[in-house]
Amino acid sequence: MAWKKLLIPLAAVPVVLLLAYGFWTDPRSIPSPLVEKPAPDFRLTLLDGSAVSLRSYLGKPVVLNFWASWCYPACYEEAPHLEAAWRAYRDRGLAVLGVAIQDTEASAREFAQKFNFTFPNGLDPGSKISIDFGVYGVPETFFIDRQGRIAAKHVGALSPGALDGQIRGLLARP
Amino acid sequence: MVSTLGGFVLYLAFGVTCYAIGAALWGARTGRADWTASSRHAVLAHFALVTLAILLLEYALIRSDFSLRYVVNNSTRSSLLQYKIAGLWGSLEGSLLLWEWLQALLAALVAIRYRVRHPQLLPHVLAILQGISAFFLLVMTVAVHPFARMVPVPLDGRGLNPLLEVTDMLIHPLLLYLGYVGFSVPFAFAMAALITGRLSEEWLTITRRWTVVAWLLLTGGIFYGGWWSYRTLGWGGYWAWDPVENASFMPWLTGTAFIHSVMIQERKRMLKVWNLVLIALTFSLVIFGTFLTRSGILASVHAFADGPVGALFLGFLAVLLFFALGLLAYRSDRLWGRGQLDSLVSRESAFLLNNVVLIGICFTVFLGTVFPLLAEALRGTKMSVGAPYFNRVSVPLGLALLLLMGVGPLIAWGRASLDNLRRNFVKPLLLALLATALAGALGLRHVEMLAVFFCSVFVVGTILFEVTVATRTRVRTMGESPWAAFGTLLLGNRRRYGGLIVHLGVVLTILGIAVSSVYKSEHEQTLKPGESMAIGAYALRLERLLAGERPTHILVTATLGVSKDGRALGELSPGQRFYPNQQSPFASVDARYRLDEDLYVVLSAFERDGSSATIKAMRNPMISWIWIGGLVILLGVIVAVLPERRRDGGTSSARG
Repeated sequence: MAWKKLLIPLAAVPVVLLLAYGFWTDPRSIPSPLVEKPAPDFRLTLLDGSAVSLRSYLGKPVVLNFWASWCYPACYEEAPHLEAAWRAYRDRGLAVLGVAIQDTEASAREFAQKFNFTFPNGLDPGSKISIDFGVYGVPETFFIDRQGRIAAKHVGALSPGALDGQIRGLLARP
Repeated sequence: MVSTLGGFVLYLAFGVTCYAIGAALWGARTGRADWTASSRHAVLAHFALVTLAILLLEYALIRSDFSLRYVVNNSTRSSLLQYKIAGLWGSLEGSLLLWEWLQALLAALVAIRYRVRHPQLLPHVLAILQGISAFFLLVMTVAVHPFARMVPVPLDGRGLNPLLEVTDMLIHPLLLYLGYVGFSVPFAFAMAALITGRLSEEWLTITRRWTVVAWLLLTGGIFYGGWWSYRTLGWGGYWAWDPVENASFMPWLTGTAFIHSVMIQERKRMLKVWNLVLIALTFSLVIFGTFLTRSGILASVHAFADGPVGALFLGFLAVLLFFALGLLAYRSDRLWGRGQLDSLVSRESAFLLNNVVLIGICFTVFLGTVFPLLAEALRGTKMSVGAPYFNRVSVPLGLALLLLMGVGPLIAWGRASLDNLRRNFVKPLLLALLATALAGALGLRHVEMLAVFFCSVFVVGTILFEVTVATRTRVRTMGESPWAAFGTLLLGNRRRYGGLIVHLGVVLTILGIAVSSVYKSEHEQTLKPGESMAIGAYALRLERLLAGERPTHILVTATLGVSKDGRALGELSPGQRFYPNQQSPFASVDARYRLDEDLYVVLSAFERDGSSATIKAMRNPMISWIWIGGLVILLGVIVAVLPERRRDGGTSSARG
């Protein structure tokens, strides 16, 4: 009889375990339905005034990074890694594109200067590009292969290792 | 200075709380009243200390003392005084301190009120309440420090999120917290009853008012939150089934079930275990909700923290569940009640059914809330559960509840005779059928809407017939005038009539929810100045688009001339607010609030040169009935909890 009584409080165990499991998951990392689909094309007006379109990068693997100057600390953490990756892999045909979302031109420019960005960066007025890519928060990074298909999506700040791994994967794709 | 002192006060309060727990338990064990008295004094000292801590933090907020990290994060020099004060519950650390202060306040009230009464229960009650306080103080001393220092001291703070710099911020969180904390008192008495084995109706009668008031505050908090969201956020809704909203709804559901099921125990000595389970569940759900808001394990628009706090709250929740369930198991032999249902057609079975439905809704909401976790744990898939799921399940259950609300208060206890049924229900039923048929004949074809309409008329009908018959009887037997008779009835049976008024409020709310969600319409259009858009019978003409500077932000407003069927109704000016510290603009909603329908307009976008503005307009029919229903509920609860003055003193025991 006594051991049966023990069963009553034990009923709480699964609930507590399930909730504890929540600590190991990130509700923000949602798989993108866009993965393995062609990336939506866009025109991006760069901070220097010129413009590029994603289509013009066909044939090159592209790292498309969404950032914002107000996104502290995550965007500040990954910014140097992006610039470093661009310098390391540009000779092998990699393109890096930065899109500042919901940002003012002045603070976006300041951010780009702070991290000596040499890869093309531009603003996304009206959040048109980020809506097309289903960006939920910043930073988010899309890895687009030579054929213009989205190979992977990363949510949150990229560590140098993760960024490197993704780029290698991208370069290996046809 | 403030930092050191504040930290010291919190440690001291923690020490005093631990002493209060020890003294209370020792007093209970040895039966020595002096130890219990000493514990009571420690409870009061603990309250004084926490009050001091909260005053220190407020002092720092008001003085803009940016040597405290919390002040930097939650106020600026230019903030208005009331928002400096509200900074106290602007984020995690301060809100925990506020919670703990309310908890300390309630414990102090209990210690004062039951100074001489209930000597067996009191020490356990105090120990439990102080145990909860000890947990909150522990969190504030080991994990999140409200008095943490900021080095170097900045010149100005970051300020509250602009969305929170509104008067609503002064009301909604306080109501909700008071409601949450309020349930700790009936919980503590219930657990004390289990520990001492005093399992009669004693704890129920003591805590009845505490429970109803906590329920009212929680209800008020939920309603106020919906109203706030509707008026300011610009999406035209009031409830989104967000995990944190659900977290406030679940204890409300179990609390509502509890308020009803205690009546069966008071009357029939049944459902002892059930009532204990309900109150334990209610308080556990309160802590569960706090855990959700502060752990960041589910995506929510309201969540405001993650980190070690989540783990601490989960630990506390686990302790709470094991403690409550363990006690129930320990007393299980003595709990299984003697009473049984005499008949399925009776008030107790109606109440029981009401409980089943409420718990059903609660379970559904719980499942929907944690389902993303469950799916990821078991199947490894990411998913989110949205409004369609919750609406689909809650509509039929809500209808069942509505129907029971008509049946419950009027059906006889024990075994309802055919005569009782005929007397109370035939007329309201006919009225409801007639009204529904009429509505159908007038073109109402929406099946769920017809069902809501039928149930609503039925409930209102039962209440009206009940009041009319009772008043008429008094007029006949006592010779009073109808109004005097009605007044005496209301004041003589406050609990009953207060409850019926609450039911009327719920009906109004449900009608508001149903009509506004079924018949709302929305239209978005980009207009050049001078152009018009139409929504329903309204025409909105863009008169001008202006930008102006306000003390804290830049406000862009579109002024719209509104007319209905060609008749001018004045102007509406929706806008967008731009704050220097915030990157995205905030909507500034404007609306024409009316009983029949609200016209709700938002400025979604505009061209900087003033050449065009995109206007989103919504018609929300009868949405204001929701808020009116909330006010009626408030009125009903006030009627129900005011002390009854009966000559025969028959209900004096119901006074806690």
